[in-house]
Amino acid sequence: MKPLVRVAAGQGFWGDWLEAPRRQVEGGPIDYLMLDYLAEVTMSILQKQKERDPAMGYARDFIGAMESVFPAVAARGVKVIANAGGVNPDACAKAVGAAARSAGVAAQVKLGIVTGDDLLPRLDALLAAGHALKNMDTGAPLSSVRDRVLSANAYLGSRPIVDALARGANVVITGRSTDTALTMAPLRHEFGWGAEDWDKLAAGIVAGHIIECGAQCSGGNCLRDWRTIPDLANVGYPIVEGAPDGTFLVTKHPNTGGRVDVSTISEQLVYEMGDPKSYITPDVIADFTSIQLENSGKDRVRVHGIRGRPPTDSLKVSIAYRAGYKAVGTLVYAWPEALDKAELAGRVLRERLNRLGLRFDEVRTEFVGASATHGALAGAPSPDLAEVQLRVGVRGEDRKMVERFTRELAPLVLNGPPSVTGFAGGRPKVEDVVAYWPALIDKREVTPQVRVEAA
Amino acid sequence: MKVRLLDLAHARSGDKGDTANVGVIAFKPEWFGVLRSHLTAERVAEHFKGEITGPVQRFELPNLLAVNFLLHGALGGGGTLSLKTDAQGKVFSTAMLRLVLDIPDGEAQALKLPEAPR
Repeated sequence: MKPLVRVAAGQGFWGDWLEAPRRQVEGGPIDYLMLDYLAEVTMSILQKQKERDPAMGYARDFIGAMESVFPAVAARGVKVIANAGGVNPDACAKAVGAAARSAGVAAQVKLGIVTGDDLLPRLDALLAAGHALKNMDTGAPLSSVRDRVLSANAYLGSRPIVDALARGANVVITGRSTDTALTMAPLRHEFGWGAEDWDKLAAGIVAGHIIECGAQCSGGNCLRDWRTIPDLANVGYPIVEGAPDGTFLVTKHPNTGGRVDVSTISEQLVYEMGDPKSYITPDVIADFTSIQLENSGKDRVRVHGIRGRPPTDSLKVSIAYRAGYKAVGTLVYAWPEALDKAELAGRVLRERLNRLGLRFDEVRTEFVGASATHGALAGAPSPDLAEVQLRVGVRGEDRKMVERFTRELAPLVLNGPPSVTGFAGGRPKVEDVVAYWPALIDKREVTPQVRVEAA
Repeated sequence: MKVRLLDLAHARSGDKGDTANVGVIAFKPEWFGVLRSHLTAERVAEHFKGEITGPVQRFELPNLLAVNFLLHGALGGGGTLSLKTDAQGKVFSTAMLRLVLDIPDGEAQALKLPEAPR
């Protein structure tokens, strides 16, 4: 058994820094490159792409990332684990295989493909068998939106990834795996942690939570002492150095920017946190109140003491459904009395929408520069604001009405309050709203599948 | 004595559906007690009154010198439904730090808390 395994985070979401994966494999020694592409609504976007083209439906950025790291995978034995498969892991694997052949490294690449998370083909059977798939937030049964469902995927845990690694895969592609499993699985595989080593599994999950958002734990988006965080242009993405006993260090490559200390790690630990005693995953429930952090040299934080307990009998299911249309438009009003002008424009616009008889589920008016993000907590704005952006959004079931709204902003430039600009972008775009429906399902209904094959 | 949360703690926020979470982390171990006794769910609910439509839940993480809050009904429906600029609650953290606590003078002096600018 290796005494230490390094798992490096190279993407925190689909759209993250394209340079990061290559920098992680070239900046120093690592054993695993972990790439997290899937946010809650990503699956539905991918599902729509797959409907248009059956060869799509995965995170395309992953292919470019693989091209940039193939030399390290082929020559240095770095393994890659990514949930880039989205709703089409097979197509993703095909594209990676083709890229490996083009790069001349196909002989060194063994693909592991994890499927079984996709419940869409079985959805009606599951509902008929009495699985209500109630919305975890509202309690509503899925039947109320069944005809609008676009995708339904169970969050899989570490087991299938561990299986793929055990069978020799060095590039593991999953669909909807939990973000944290992508980091925990290689530690579990390397150290031989059992399915009931609760504390160690929980430690792997905490390691995953810390690095799953990429540089957000290594100086990115860090509020404390933000002015003093060095060289963000050259920010280092995080690396977990795991030990067999479940303790680990978080660090980053030398000669990179950013910062890793107890403060940057603490901020990331509380990110998207619910009840800290019960961080529920398919493998284990981790207790975030047990985590001990210590600064252990420059840009090194030691993490230990983590406790875990057995998981629940359910898996979370991420369901996406069509929920109407929306559009958001903006105009910029300049000094003097910028906010007053923007407010008047907002009222004029509303009155015109009303007179047109347009009905929406919601109309939202915000004043960027005065109160858009903090609302009334922002207090009275300075009377001398240089400019204020009027931002109006509408959402509704009727696409025509949302489209009509998008025609009502530009006229205000000439027939509304003065000192207005910033309309160069043209009419707002009407967007399909794809909403998220979190649900639970009995674990026994979901069977992960693993395929390992040559590239 | 009036003390700004901004001077006692840093924070990060995120989303889960229509709920924003805000983790507030004390700058110094000895200041965590101030968060513990004064930064209550009721005080936070009062601070965000009119800005959120649901209740406030509170959890302590003494190991991180942190208190985690769940602000329900904070994100205009949440996720893709929301029309808010901050649909994912990313800057509820700094809205939280606008909160000003009233700390008994003796306690504030003993802990060397920075007084809010008048």
